[in-house]
Amino acid sequence: MLAQFIGVVLDGIAYASLLFLISVGLSVTMGLMQFANLAHGAFAMAGGYMCVYAMQALGLSYLAALPIAFLFSMVLGVILERLLYRRLYSASHLAQVLFTVGLLYLSMGLAVLLFGPGAQAIHLPPFLQGQIAMFGTQLSVFRAFTIIFVLIVALGLAFVVRWTRFGARIRCSVDNRAAAIGIGIDVDKVMTYAFALGSGLAGVGGALGVQLMGLDPSFPLKYLAYFLLIVVVGGAGSFIGPLFAALVVGVVDTAGRYYAPVLGSFTMYFLMIALLLIFPHGLVGRAR
Amino acid sequence: MKAALIVAGWIAAPVLYMALFPDSLVLASQILLMGLFALSLDLLVGYAGVASLGHAVFFGIGAYGAGLLAANGWGEPLSALVLTMLVAAIFALPVGLLVVRGGSLGRLMITLGIATLVSEAANRASGITGGADGLQGMDVWPLLGLFSYDLQGRTGFVYAWIVLTLGFLAVRSIVASPFGLSLQAIRENPVRAAALGTPVRARLTFAFVLSAALAGAAGAVMAQTTQVVALNSLGVHLSADVLVMLLIGGVGRLYGGLIGAAIFMVVHHWLSDLDPVYWQIWIGLILIGAALAAPDGILGAIEKLRSRKQVAW
Repeated sequence: MLAQFIGVVLDGIAYASLLFLISVGLSVTMGLMQFANLAHGAFAMAGGYMCVYAMQALGLSYLAALPIAFLFSMVLGVILERLLYRRLYSASHLAQVLFTVGLLYLSMGLAVLLFGPGAQAIHLPPFLQGQIAMFGTQLSVFRAFTIIFVLIVALGLAFVVRWTRFGARIRCSVDNRAAAIGIGIDVDKVMTYAFALGSGLAGVGGALGVQLMGLDPSFPLKYLAYFLLIVVVGGAGSFIGPLFAALVVGVVDTAGRYYAPVLGSFTMYFLMIALLLIFPHGLVGRAR
Repeated sequence: MKAALIVAGWIAAPVLYMALFPDSLVLASQILLMGLFALSLDLLVGYAGVASLGHAVFFGIGAYGAGLLAANGWGEPLSALVLTMLVAAIFALPVGLLVVRGGSLGRLMITLGIATLVSEAANRASGITGGADGLQGMDVWPLLGLFSYDLQGRTGFVYAWIVLTLGFLAVRSIVASPFGLSLQAIRENPVRAAALGTPVRARLTFAFVLSAALAGAAGAVMAQTTQVVALNSLGVHLSADVLVMLLIGGVGRLYGGLIGAAIFMVVHHWLSDLDPVYWQIWIGLILIGAALAAPDGILGAIEKLRSRKQVAW
């Protein structure tokens, strides 16, 4: 019973780490620019498809395909940010919604055009298959790999945000944009770099998620509510907030599906909406 | 004079349309009802300033309400319409109380979360809603006991037009009323409106309820005229679509929703005929172009052009 519970929690943590990896970039860009970006999932999907393409068409190994997914989504993010997103930073939230819904539909249509409407699958290398015994339960090697991978990325991110000059610039720009510009920080440039990094991380998340979240052209719409809720519940602009929120979503959603399958994702959504009402500015966010 | 012209236009347009295009009345009635749906959202987004990504919940409640009544022996359309509007309004009250608490982005997220929740619920409760197969066995009685639904969709078209006209008149008088003016004051500056003594949350919640009832009416008539209700009538996809329709037309101008719905539906219909697989790409490109070229919608762009001309003269 306990072993089973631990197993469910570990599955939830694996799911949560993917959600965090995809959402963290959205948190930074939403915090920096207050941009209502509904198309963030498209960057994760792009990474997922790039991973599938790199393995199937180019014959690369899984571990080589992951950085390619990262780079691909990052380049895509830079191009779109420079060409399009930038023009709408000062527009109303509604115009941003119109734009990002358009981008969402475009990405879904392009996915059908290039890869067909079906779900994609990849073959994991042998060393990522199988189960390992842990805490009296079985954890799949791939889930353990995902958790450790995201843990390393998260620690790296925490280091960058906390101790590097670039991280200081990001924090300053999120906290007070006007003051940041005043002391000579090029917020535009910070935004581009943050967008690039966030898109890249989403791409890796999408690539890892082919196994655990599935990949088909409806991906960005299917998980839209997850990504946005994690960011808004966590507190846009923060780094720790989305981590907590992703853990709550991942574990509660997995446990809910396991212990109360009749309710489906209800438990998770109820909890999220409740959290949003108790903390209207996010778990670690502040009123603006 | 101008008012008389507008009234004449509202009466003449459907008659002309029926005479000129008797074969495309079914699509036209759907456009009218989506227009009513977008108009209901305009009351909320354009006048009260509350953006919603979950408005299809109330459209869906209307559609399933009317559908379930008709499938269970209550096929009288008008009483069913009134009843489902009431149900949508009652459901909207607690939702509205929750939604108006959030900030601008928070509202988008709460409504999105509730929309996802409700469509999941409808999918699970397949015993009642028919799940992914849609609702079966609707039997809608003739309108007023006289006009049954013909294959050409004449009755449906006139029915939709009358409901749209009534809805339009209702929204028009709501936004011109003191209540409507207080909504616009809240939209412009909630802090100042509160300082003037406006009960901000109560007013916004009431606007939410009114808007939901109207969305429910659109859903109910859609179900009654097409005799089909499926899960997509309350999903996130439809919520995003109706917001997009309103934004294409232009928010806060009453006609924006109608124009946007007409353009979106015609383009959608035309593109999915032309290119059944890849129409999403084209819709996406059109929306991106619209957001960049006319962020205030078509009506907003026209206003801008006009004011520019006046300056030039």
